[in-house]
Amino acid sequence: MAVGEPPLPPTDVTRMPPHQRVAFGLLAAALVAAPVIGIYPVFLMKALCFALYASAYNLLLGYAGLVSFGHAAFLGSAGYVSAHAAKVWGFTPELAILAGTATSTLLGLAFGALAIRRQGIYFAMITLALSQMIFFFCLQAPFTGGEDGIQGVPRGKLLGLVDLRDDRVMYAFVATVFFGAFYMIYRIVHSPFGQVLKAIRENEPRAVSLGYRADHYKLIAFVLSAGISGLAGAMKALVFQLASLTDVHWSMSGEAVLMTLVGGLGTIFGPMFGAFVIVSMQNYLAQLGAWVTVVQGVIFVVCVMAFRRGIVGEIARRLRRPL
Amino acid sequence: MIEIFGHSISPIQLYGQIALGLVNGAFYALLSLGLAVIFGMLNIVNFTHGAQYMMGAFVAWLLLNKLGIGYWWALVLAPVIVGATGVAIERLFLKHLYKLDHLYGLLLTFGVGLIIEGLFRNEFGASGLPYRIPAEIQAFGPVDLGFMRLPPYRVWVVVFSVAVCLATWFIIERTRLGAYLRAATENPTLVQAFGINVPRMITLTYGFGVGLAALGGVLAAPIYQVSPQMGSSIIIVVFAVVVIGGMGSILGSILTGFALGVIEGLTKVFYPEASNTVIFVIMAIVLLIKPAGLFGRTT
Repeated sequence: MAVGEPPLPPTDVTRMPPHQRVAFGLLAAALVAAPVIGIYPVFLMKALCFALYASAYNLLLGYAGLVSFGHAAFLGSAGYVSAHAAKVWGFTPELAILAGTATSTLLGLAFGALAIRRQGIYFAMITLALSQMIFFFCLQAPFTGGEDGIQGVPRGKLLGLVDLRDDRVMYAFVATVFFGAFYMIYRIVHSPFGQVLKAIRENEPRAVSLGYRADHYKLIAFVLSAGISGLAGAMKALVFQLASLTDVHWSMSGEAVLMTLVGGLGTIFGPMFGAFVIVSMQNYLAQLGAWVTVVQGVIFVVCVMAFRRGIVGEIARRLRRPL
Repeated sequence: MIEIFGHSISPIQLYGQIALGLVNGAFYALLSLGLAVIFGMLNIVNFTHGAQYMMGAFVAWLLLNKLGIGYWWALVLAPVIVGATGVAIERLFLKHLYKLDHLYGLLLTFGVGLIIEGLFRNEFGASGLPYRIPAEIQAFGPVDLGFMRLPPYRVWVVVFSVAVCLATWFIIERTRLGAYLRAATENPTLVQAFGINVPRMITLTYGFGVGLAALGGVLAAPIYQVSPQMGSSIIIVVFAVVVIGGMGSILGSILTGFALGVIEGLTKVFYPEASNTVIFVIMAIVLLIKPAGLFGRTT
């Protein structure tokens, strides 16, 4: 990505550098402290689901350089499947979430296999078109409840033991899953696989000439990103006890892009910050109706014109360390 | 009654849907042509295209309802007005992004599209506004093709947009201006060295592409309801059309637009449940068989 940052000091990519240990420590502490200092748990859970969604999106855009405009399909379809599994089939929450995640992973495999056949701008258009197909499917399929969505989804008992109806218990569950999945994304990015992805992003012909099968790497990145987005969508459906068309609509794909851009493309912690900023903004501006769309558009324009590194990207540049 | 694929279908219904498909195809062709023109010159996918199509329809509606200016003037004025906003967008934002990754042009036009759609939704609400079919066309009465009668406005839309598409093809492929354009697409530095003002040409090309979208909007105003969402729903289909046709050939994108409109119309007859998704399915099949698109050049 031709973002034009100054070069950062070289690091041994497989070991976590001290400042990132600190960052992870702070994240864990913040996750524990947030409900204690009185932040509304439902808001936190919503923000965490979006944070995971945006981080998964960034895995694809920031590290593989692939612009998807169809991630709503993964978030939304996983939400529908887990809601249906929990409500109609009586799955326990962990199984419902697994079912949703598996669905979005398979969908990601199909989308990815098609989309990587074209490059650049076509990639964005293909993913957008495919996700619109999923939108129409969800609008028409009998089990999705059309415009009403699937309402009153039971949160159930985790492993048949822990009752998740209490928001604080649910928060503990969501925060744990978030932390685990987030750490997984960190490991993926800093694994040898992640390094090859970055090489393909920077110079695909060169990576190919070095013997890497770029298409395989891109497809795996796409599937991972889709699967983790689905995990976020499945949790979101249980948190709100609702799966609806909002989550499969193209504007939801746009939100993934927006959160990633605001927080910082290709930074580990950026999309999470972006998600918190955008979710808070939506909460504040909720009563303004269509102005939210306008404000989001303005943020897009401002970020693209003047703030391409994003919040965390800027901080990382000041600290001269990758975050 | 005709028997096809085990369905019994009245010829009237069949021909009606084909005609409707041609009308939709006319819009697909106009919009994908505009996208292709912009992409060829600016190397940017114009995600604002849907919003600009919507603006064309609204400008026509506003001209009629606020200023009493009718359809025929709107057909000229709306593309010029909306094209001018396009020129402003290019001068203010896009021209600063050409040196960067194409991602940023895409994100910027997406953001501008959100702003425009949001503003119109605030001003006009989400429900559609009606626009009268111009009396001059209505006066023709239904066009009799022998086997069926077509509403005159639909015939007008198809004929007019074919004419606009062919004129655009002629300008780009057969005139000196078009030759400059194509040359600047291949090698802007060299063309600039010959004394041609390439940045201005880029600006005007964007304005022209946007104008085509607005023209589509004016044509659509009497057929569909004029509403803020009318652009975002059609533009995603148009993206699929562009992927199927490939942006390499102008005639190819026109042909693809009309063909897909007709296929969509036929699907409404034989399997209505799939009519919303058939174009996306075709896109997936084309990607499997001919990844570069039907008329695309392999890159």
